[in-house]
Amino acid sequence: MQISGAEIVVRSLQEEGVEFVFGYPGGAVLEIYDAIFKQSAFKHVLVRHEQAAVHAADAYSRSSDKVGVALVTSGPGATNAITGIATAYLDSIPMVIITGQVPTPAIGLDAFQEVDTVGISRPCVKHNFLVKDIAELASTIKKAFYVAKTGRPGPVLVDVPKDVQQALAEFHYPDSVSVRSYVPVTRGHPGQIKKAVNLLLEAKRPYVYVGGGAVLGGASDEVRELVRSLGLPCTNTLMGLGAFPGDDRLNLGMLGMHGTYEANMAMQNCDVLIAIGARFDDRVISVPSKFTAVPKKIVHIDVDPSSIAKRVKVDVPIVGDVKLVLREMLDLLKQTPQRIDADALASWWKQIDDWRAPNSLKYTFSDELIKPQYVVETLYEVTGGKAIITSDVGQHQMWAAQYYKFAEPKQWLNSGGLGTMGVGLPYAMGAQLANPNAQVACITGEASIQMNIQELSTCRQYHIPVKIVNLNNRYLGMVRQWQEIFYGNRYSESYMDALPDFVKLAEAYGHVGFKVEKPSDVEGVLREAFSAKLKERLVFLDFLTDQSENVYPMVGNGKGLDEMDLPAHMRDNGGNAGERDYGNLS
Amino acid sequence: MRHILSILLENEAGALSRVVGLFSARGYNIDSLTVSTTEDPTLSRMTIVTHGSDDVIEQITKQLNKLIEVVKVIDLNESEHIERELMLIKVRATGKDREEMKRMADIFRGRIIDVTEKTYTIELTGTSDKLNAFIEAVDRAVILETVRTGASGIGRGERILKI
Repeated sequence: MQISGAEIVVRSLQEEGVEFVFGYPGGAVLEIYDAIFKQSAFKHVLVRHEQAAVHAADAYSRSSDKVGVALVTSGPGATNAITGIATAYLDSIPMVIITGQVPTPAIGLDAFQEVDTVGISRPCVKHNFLVKDIAELASTIKKAFYVAKTGRPGPVLVDVPKDVQQALAEFHYPDSVSVRSYVPVTRGHPGQIKKAVNLLLEAKRPYVYVGGGAVLGGASDEVRELVRSLGLPCTNTLMGLGAFPGDDRLNLGMLGMHGTYEANMAMQNCDVLIAIGARFDDRVISVPSKFTAVPKKIVHIDVDPSSIAKRVKVDVPIVGDVKLVLREMLDLLKQTPQRIDADALASWWKQIDDWRAPNSLKYTFSDELIKPQYVVETLYEVTGGKAIITSDVGQHQMWAAQYYKFAEPKQWLNSGGLGTMGVGLPYAMGAQLANPNAQVACITGEASIQMNIQELSTCRQYHIPVKIVNLNNRYLGMVRQWQEIFYGNRYSESYMDALPDFVKLAEAYGHVGFKVEKPSDVEGVLREAFSAKLKERLVFLDFLTDQSENVYPMVGNGKGLDEMDLPAHMRDNGGNAGERDYGNLS
Repeated sequence: MRHILSILLENEAGALSRVVGLFSARGYNIDSLTVSTTEDPTLSRMTIVTHGSDDVIEQITKQLNKLIEVVKVIDLNESEHIERELMLIKVRATGKDREEMKRMADIFRGRIIDVTEKTYTIELTGTSDKLNAFIEAVDRAVILETVRTGASGIGRGERILKI
């Protein structure tokens, strides 16, 4: 029996086992929405802005093992989706975006709501397709899912003109698909794996550097086994948080621009570095020449060959699925009689413990002003460290990453690559729908939350009971911090004036809101928000926090990892704010 | 250093844009680019002449391989290869220049393929260097128009780029 292209889209999504489609209707997707109306296999979530549809689908994917799906119309629907697509692309998130397009005869004629969606999205998708022939519609959707989730994952866009949605064809969904020009590598080269194991066993100062690829590749168990079996120090990147538990002594914390002192010093001074699904980006190692100033041998495991030797030359590149490569390394380690130099490792740990002793994340608690770090720490305690945390972008994001000790992968969702403000709330929506029984909290700021605040309405419609932890310092905090440090305290356009009353705003959307102004109220309000009484409700917690608080440690522009700007208690001058020391404090 | 990259890619709409977009987005150089279908109509063969350090060329090759529609990439400079470019050059051919241009065309093994009272159009094939040498050798003032295809390249002997 012949069915319409729109029905083929819907049937294909059903064949893929799609549970939720996040979207927004419009002229060029009316056919698909009509087909959705007639089915019940998947649920459609109507967002309030297309950007949020893509973010929510992205978070659905990040917090599960599934591929998120977003559906938007042509023209402005597609352009609104672009920020979401670029966000997913930079963090390698598997998702499929279906966009409506004007009918094929109208393409190129500047038709109403026409934009070259495939052209506009090309630089920020793993791949995209314009389907001009209904005969290729089902197989293209199959390919889209296949490409999105294999190899280094990423978003794939399928642009479907309206006349293709209306045309009729038989529906055959292929069982499998192969693309001759796309053959992702899975197994690592055995010779390279052997070299990596030998290098690791000869190390005096080994270090394991775990990135988002370990989370995406489901390699957390293997990472844990490798690190624990040899008692190695390890660090997680912003994207890798949770791949190795944050509360384990072997974990030195996050590294990078706002990494801990010990994590960055160990990165700088190790002699053998095992990089797992990480890409040595500028926010992690800062300037490559400073990073390599201390000679080290580097093993780099990554599924994407172009990530290897992009910023830093490595000694043992291993292209392959991180889980499979680590499994082979572990097997080889068991068979090898050689043992790591225990004395060298012990003295390396002693050095690390010295770096760790002053606790670079220590902050000064205040009875009068709410410290943002205190809110995150308390949230960690109140949720037992088990909540799924989403964040927006800025200071609050760094405090969330530093003070919430993530125990499991996929527990921490943020825009690490693109740094998109406004992801927090839609991320929380997608994560809550993917994990209906989990506690989901969005740590945000008063600036970021306003970038997609309209989604409070979506949360009401679908009863999505996320908890919003707004660290409200009335500033674009990270911008303010940079202006303080690098621009002579000239706070150009970083003050957020005329803020709404967030409690009333939350209530206007039908939610519960609390304003918190005293440190002594923080814990009680958080406990109430996460109590059984409010389990089914979205709660907006507006914490008025200390406006002058900065994120430390900090690796400034052009500085090496061992040239951190440190918190007051670790500065030589005792923390005179006027004379901050940017020198080498090691 | 100058490199000649040979790329086999799916003959599909948008594939060329992806390759060109990659070069501009990542700040790589394209000195010349030529593309056409092969004996297999589903495949296109592209030759890109670029320059950059070894690290940059390695990244270009990896990034090209990452494009879904790219089937194979080789750097012809890695071994013996042949390079040819076609140039059509229209020159003023009046007075003493008329005899001189004929002589120059012969020296460079070019062919005059269009003749008018005042002009010759010369067809010249060879390496890009040879075509450059021709342009250098003739008086700039007599050159009316040049059009070049950009280099095409192929490996010598048994070195074959095929699926």
